[in-house]
Amino acid sequence: MRHHLLFMGKQAIRMILLLACVSIIAFFLVSVSPVDPLQANVGQAALGSMSQEQIGKLEAYWGVGTPPVQRFLSWASDFFRGDMGVSLLYRQEVSQVIGAKLSNSLWMMALAWLISGVVGFALGVLSGMREGSILDKVIKGYSLLIASTPAFWLALVLLMVFAVWLKVLPIGLSVPIGVEAGSVGFWDRIRHAVLPALTLSITGISNITLHTREKMIEIMGSDYMLFARARGEGGFGMFKNHGFRNVILPAITLQFGSISEIFGGSVLVEQIFSYPGLGQAAVTAGIGSDVPLLLGITVISAAIVFGGNLTANLLYGIVDPRIRRGGGSL
Amino acid sequence: MKMGNGRIRTAVFFGAAVLLLAGITLAGFLLSREAMVTDFSRKDLAPGLPYLFGTDWLGRDMLARALTGLSMSIRLGLLAAGISSLIALGLGIASATMGRAVDSVITFIIDLVMGIPHILLLILISYACGKGFQGVVIGVSLTHWTSLARLIRGEVLQLRETGYVKMAEKLGMSRFHIAWKHMFPHLFPQFLVGLILLFPHAILHEASITFLGFGLSPEQPAIGIILSESMKYLAMGKWWLAVFPGLLLVLTVVLFDTAGESLRKLLNPGSTHD
Repeated sequence: MRHHLLFMGKQAIRMILLLACVSIIAFFLVSVSPVDPLQANVGQAALGSMSQEQIGKLEAYWGVGTPPVQRFLSWASDFFRGDMGVSLLYRQEVSQVIGAKLSNSLWMMALAWLISGVVGFALGVLSGMREGSILDKVIKGYSLLIASTPAFWLALVLLMVFAVWLKVLPIGLSVPIGVEAGSVGFWDRIRHAVLPALTLSITGISNITLHTREKMIEIMGSDYMLFARARGEGGFGMFKNHGFRNVILPAITLQFGSISEIFGGSVLVEQIFSYPGLGQAAVTAGIGSDVPLLLGITVISAAIVFGGNLTANLLYGIVDPRIRRGGGSL
Repeated sequence: MKMGNGRIRTAVFFGAAVLLLAGITLAGFLLSREAMVTDFSRKDLAPGLPYLFGTDWLGRDMLARALTGLSMSIRLGLLAAGISSLIALGLGIASATMGRAVDSVITFIIDLVMGIPHILLLILISYACGKGFQGVVIGVSLTHWTSLARLIRGEVLQLRETGYVKMAEKLGMSRFHIAWKHMFPHLFPQFLVGLILLFPHAILHEASITFLGFGLSPEQPAIGIILSESMKYLAMGKWWLAVFPGLLLVLTVVLFDTAGESLRKLLNPGSTHD
């Protein structure tokens, strides 16, 4: 038990350290940017008509004169208290903007994450257990092809087929145009999330399938599998008794590690389907130099990714007692 | 009917992939002027004989544009993947040979870079560089070294336990000598394959970031820009603007994958008899 707590504590501390470093790096990157906050947010024309005094006030407000370290500390201490600042483009609290966008994105991503995980695992196991068969070749070929396809192009093609030619699914947005947010039915929400979620699932499946397949082939070549076959086991029974426990370990890591990829994919996919989620907000913030929003999104998404890794590590400890004894490496 | 043995066929695959890639790069380079020519007498042509990929709303030849864009992507990918793999090699070896403190710092950095979604980190770096070409190269180079660095670190950790390295240590050879004479020859094939398998990722991410509007400027016919422009014309039924350049991009990535995988087979003595 003590081992277990120690392990969890170490992992949690590591995650906090990583998050702190992410925010430092993100802040550093944003502050070395040649984009001038005054030029970007007030505009050249307005700046020209202002007195030196007013400009001075604005500079103080945007923190042009203050050294970056001091600015970072004040930003971080505000962030720690839950105040992420005010988004410059949306004119709202960053936490509110992120909350609204995240609630749109989160369940779409969760859907894609689950589908790609379950289907990818099943396909990987199937093709790994029958290595060299036609089924294996088809699954492998499909996965390799999709792994080489950029998510945004796949999204374009799906959009073209389903929204432009067949006209069965809407072309974008998360709710129909001209309908009040409150009166949007559940069905409409589903309809609008189908294409983005489908694109993310299709791209996510290939990676998980390929890795699960590799592991499964390795397992099939092991002595205990050979012995099982010698005893006359085969088919699903063999997988249930000997394969599953061994292939589930790498699958957990893969599944939780794929959060980062799903997130990255959602940035592109949301942009194409004009789905008002976190990814689209990140692009808007980056193009419109909305620094507080960009920082907020970076830290939140990194927290989600690290949270996924942490969960994987903890699950690993529960599923596989060998890992716990070694403890995490900090 | 099978031509030659597996090894020869793999070698042929590898050669064909490399040749095709070189062809695309060269063709794009030669056609770069052709790609800029606008001619309103031939605008919005569907794919046909003189213009295999059709033409766009300014009458530009889409085949020339797509090839030029891809050629640029490949060259950019070479540069970024090269830098990235050198970072990976350096950090991977340092992590495995320079003691525990250095190792934990480097693994921490790897976790850190892997923790921020690639696209988001690319957006941040591109923003830091004031957007444009530089931002893409730096961004792609700084985000793609992590998995290769992990691989090399693991490999070096294993090598350190081998008999010949231990013996060299006991004979009093310097760390550098051991790394260069005894470890590098063993690492090189893995490194080379890793480098080639980095290209497809680099190219895909370059296209993605350009597609989002953070990369190259809109006048340049980069593949990401071609595809993002095509989005506006999609609803009007001009499917060829998006489909063909995208297919060409997929083909390029598949070719790089083929090249990397066949090189892995050729260099790995264990797979000689497959």
